[in-house]
Amino acid sequence: MEIVAILQSVWTIVVMVIFLSVVVWAYSRKRKAEFDEAARLPLDDDDSVEATVKEKHHV
Amino acid sequence: MVETASIAGQETYNYKVVRQFAIMTIVWGVVGMTVGVFIAAQLAWPWLNNMIDVPYFTFGRLRPLHTNAVIFAFGGSALFATSYYVVQRTCHVRLFSDKLAGFTFWGWQTVIVLAAITFPLGLTTTKEYAELEWPIDLLIAVVWITYAIVFFGTLVKRRVSHIYVANWFYAAFIITIAILHIFNNLAVPVSMWKSYSAYAGVQDAMVQWWYGHNAVGFFLTAGFLGMMYYFVPKQAERPVYSYRLSIVHFWALIFTYIWAGPHHLHYTALPDWTQSLGMVMSLILLAPSWGGMINGIMTLSGAWEKLRSDPILRFMIVSISFYGMSTFEGPMMAIRTVNALSHYTDWTIGHVHSGALGWVAMITMGSLYYLIPRLFGRTLYSIKLVEWHFWTSTIGVVLYITAMWVSGIMQGLMWRAVNADGTLTYSFVESVQAMHPYYVTRWFGGVFFLIGMLIMAYNIWKTVTGPKVGEINDAIVAPALAH
Repeated sequence: MEIVAILQSVWTIVVMVIFLSVVVWAYSRKRKAEFDEAARLPLDDDDSVEATVKEKHHV
Repeated sequence: MVETASIAGQETYNYKVVRQFAIMTIVWGVVGMTVGVFIAAQLAWPWLNNMIDVPYFTFGRLRPLHTNAVIFAFGGSALFATSYYVVQRTCHVRLFSDKLAGFTFWGWQTVIVLAAITFPLGLTTTKEYAELEWPIDLLIAVVWITYAIVFFGTLVKRRVSHIYVANWFYAAFIITIAILHIFNNLAVPVSMWKSYSAYAGVQDAMVQWWYGHNAVGFFLTAGFLGMMYYFVPKQAERPVYSYRLSIVHFWALIFTYIWAGPHHLHYTALPDWTQSLGMVMSLILLAPSWGGMINGIMTLSGAWEKLRSDPILRFMIVSISFYGMSTFEGPMMAIRTVNALSHYTDWTIGHVHSGALGWVAMITMGSLYYLIPRLFGRTLYSIKLVEWHFWTSTIGVVLYITAMWVSGIMQGLMWRAVNADGTLTYSFVESVQAMHPYYVTRWFGGVFFLIGMLIMAYNIWKTVTGPKVGEINDAIVAPALAH
C-alpha cells in the first residue's frame, strides 16, 4: 500500500507541474501576438445580417 | 490568397441543420418550461396531482420529463445549433458530413419524443438526469458518437490553423458526455423497458454522481462556455478580454470538474476520504469558474455603455453574472458542514435554477437572438420585445431563487431543530406547511420566466416568417488569417 501512497504524492506533483506549465506557456511573451490574432478569429469573419443576405459572390 | 479564396468561394456552410436545431431549441424551451411551471403548481397546490384519476401526470412522473426536456431538449438543441455554427464559421469550412449532421438532428428529436412518452408511463431507471431506459440510452450513444464524428471531422478539415477556444470547450463537452453517458448507463436489461444498473450500492451512487455532476460541469457549463466565448465577443464586437486566460480557464476547468461529484453524497455510505476529496475539488473549482466569468464580463470593458442600448448583450452579461453567482454558491454548498444544512432542501433546487435559468437559459437566449437573424437572412422582428423578454425572465429568476433560498434554509433549520430533551421541535409536515408561500412565489417566478420564453417564441416566429430581404449568402469566405 505504501507504493500507492507514494504514487499519489507523485501524481499530485505531476499534475501541479502540468498546470503551471500550461500557465507559463499561455502567458509567455513569445505567444502574445499569436494569441491576440487568435482572439480576433471570430471578429475577422463577417457574418452580419447584411453580409448574409448579399447576393452570392466569389470572394 | 487567390487559391484559398477560389476553393472557399464554391463551398457553402451547412445552415440547414443549424436552423433546425435553433428552432427546436425554442420549441422545447416552451414545452420544458411549461411542464416546469405545471409541476411547480403541483407542489404548491397538491390537488393538481389527482385532478383526473390517472398516474401519468403526477409530479413524480412529470419531474424527470421537465428536467430532461429543459436540459437535453432545450439545452441540447441549443448546443447542437451553436456548436455546428461556431465550428463552421471559425474553421471556414462546411460541416464534415451533411448526412450525419442530419442524422444527429432527427436522432436527437426521436430521443426527446421517446422521453416524453416513456416518463409519463412511469418507465425510468431512477438515476437522476439519466432516467431513460436502455433502448433509448443506446440511441443516445449512437447519436452522440455521430455528433462527435461530425464535430471533430469538421475540425480536422478546417482552413484555419488555430482552433478557436470556443471549439475547445465544445470538444471537451462532446467527449466527456460520451464517456459519462456510456459508463453511467451500463446496465443489465431484463425486458424491453426494464434494466438494472451494472453497479451496486455505494459504487452505483458514486458513478451516478460522477455522471450527474459532470452533466452539470460539461453539458451545462463547458458547452455553454463555448457559446460565451464566441457569441459575447461577436455581439460586443470586441475580442475576448484575455485569450491567454481562456486557455488556462479551459484546462483548469476540465481537470477539476471531473472530481467534484462526491459532494452530492456527503454524510452517506461513501467513504469519508472520497467525500473530502469531492469537497476540496469543488472548492478549487471556484478559481477556474471565476476566471471564466471574469473573462466573459471583462470582454465588455471599455464598452459598458452598450449594455444600456443592447438587450441581447444584456442577456449575455447577466447570464455570466448568474454563472459567477452559482459557481460561488456551489463550492460553498459543497462544504460538508454547509451541506449538512442545505442537502435535501429547496436550497439545492434554487441553486440549480440560478445556474439553469440564469446562466444556461439566458446565454442561450442571447446567442439565439444573435444567431437566428443570420440563419434566416432577416433582421430581428422586434428589439422592444427582446427588452420585454429580458426583464420578465430576470424578474422570474430572481423570484425563483430568492423563494428557494428562504424556503431551503428554513427547511434545513426546522429539520435540525431539537428540544432540550432531544426530541425534534417540528414534525416533517410542519416544514411542508411552512414552505407553501415560497412554493407559490416560486411558481410565479416560473410563470414570469415562461412568459419571457413565449415572448421570444413570438418574436422569432415573426422574424423567420417575415419578408425575405434577399437571397441567403451562405458561401464560405476565405479566412482572414490564412493569407
